[in-house]
Amino acid sequence: METALLPISRPALGSGGITGTWRTLKPVVNLAKCIDCGICWLYCPESVIDWEKGQKIKIDYTYCKGCGICAHECPTKAIEMVPETGL
Amino acid sequence: MRALTTTKTALTGNYAVAHAVKMARPHVISAYPITPQTTIVEKLSEFIAKGELKASFINVESEFSALAVVYGAAMAGARAFTATSSHGLFYMYEMLWWAAASRAPIVMAVVTRTLGPPWNIHDEHNDILAIRDSGWAVAMASTVQEAFDLTVQAFRLAESAYVPVAVGLDGFVLSHTVETIELPPQEVVDKFLPPRNPDLPLRLRPGEPITMGNIPSDDRIHAEHLKNIYRAHQEAKRAIYSMDVEYGKLTGREYGGMVEKYELDGAKFAVVCMGAWCGDAKEAVRALRREGVPIGLMRLRFVRPFPDEEVEALAGLDRVVVFDRDITPAGGILGREVASVLGRDKVTNVLAGLAGVDFKAEDFRKAIKHAIEREYRDWIVAL
Repeated sequence: METALLPISRPALGSGGITGTWRTLKPVVNLAKCIDCGICWLYCPESVIDWEKGQKIKIDYTYCKGCGICAHECPTKAIEMVPETGL
Repeated sequence: MRALTTTKTALTGNYAVAHAVKMARPHVISAYPITPQTTIVEKLSEFIAKGELKASFINVESEFSALAVVYGAAMAGARAFTATSSHGLFYMYEMLWWAAASRAPIVMAVVTRTLGPPWNIHDEHNDILAIRDSGWAVAMASTVQEAFDLTVQAFRLAESAYVPVAVGLDGFVLSHTVETIELPPQEVVDKFLPPRNPDLPLRLRPGEPITMGNIPSDDRIHAEHLKNIYRAHQEAKRAIYSMDVEYGKLTGREYGGMVEKYELDGAKFAVVCMGAWCGDAKEAVRALRREGVPIGLMRLRFVRPFPDEEVEALAGLDRVVVFDRDITPAGGILGREVASVLGRDKVTNVLAGLAGVDFKAEDFRKAIKHAIEREYRDWIVAL
């Protein structure tokens, strides 16, 4: 039921849309190094990291843009940006 | 229905606006002081301090913030008001477009004042006319009584057409001039102005997060939205006429809707102008009628939406003299707008009263005579 007089949007997964084929790097988490601090979850601009204290983190690659911010911010360098070129 | 509790009093134009806002029962007022507007919000904050008005008065550090505050309030469903002048209005410029394109039903009093440099606080219409294409409805009052009535009507218009409304009144000439005024009883204003529907232009509620104003998935959505704003303005014309009649029934005061017509029956010439100096122009028209000149006057109450059909009705006349209290590198604003309807060869555009220079009834009489006899001397003529 839409009554607004102007275009509006509702929050949904991946505000920037589904990631295209242009992503060249994806973040892969080394859970052995992960200290469960939640910093990657906090910093992810696409909100694709699913994290709760005591749960292993999960990354939704459908929407992940491969920006690398999580890897950059990770204090234990547990996240590696892995090439996706398939070569 | 003339109620017995109508108050007859004497007020300045600015206090008349403040009383109108009080009677409209706004939820949020935010403004930044600037001459000659300041006494409007001073009076409103006094009403709030005395407990006569239950509203949030939000102090801000700039006009940009003042409009941003009332914009947010209006989008959240509040009835919101602000007021400004001249440089303050220009400081709001970006927010004006955001408010209009968001269909925010804001009412703003614009007390007209010239732009610097040099610093000058006197009356000129360049400031309010500079916002004419932003999507705001733009109205101009001609008397203290009309400043009151137009402000009350502006809330009704804003909340029925969902366009923000700027109510103009001439700086000092109207804003600081005391005239007698009838204040209708509160019940009459309440009857005319139903409570604000908080679910339009959009429904904003805790727990129902939405975003407005973000990038559209398809630019055609945006284009359609712009067309809707244009349509809303065309519909606003009808609302202005029906509102005028209804307000007339409640208070005994009708103004003629989009334009006020004066002595136009059987006229061969017409004066077109807006604002407080139309009173002086009417004096001149009266004097010229006594001299046997078949002349009338059309006062623009609204410049946005523009009264195209009403101006078009002047097409059969010999000459239309448009008085502009503004100046642009392309001449007078109203002169060009009227000429866009009637053609350039029909219109004489006289630019006068610039920078607040006094322009009296006698000056009008001379200028009109020069214009209709096609001989000009001391007038700045743009067309």
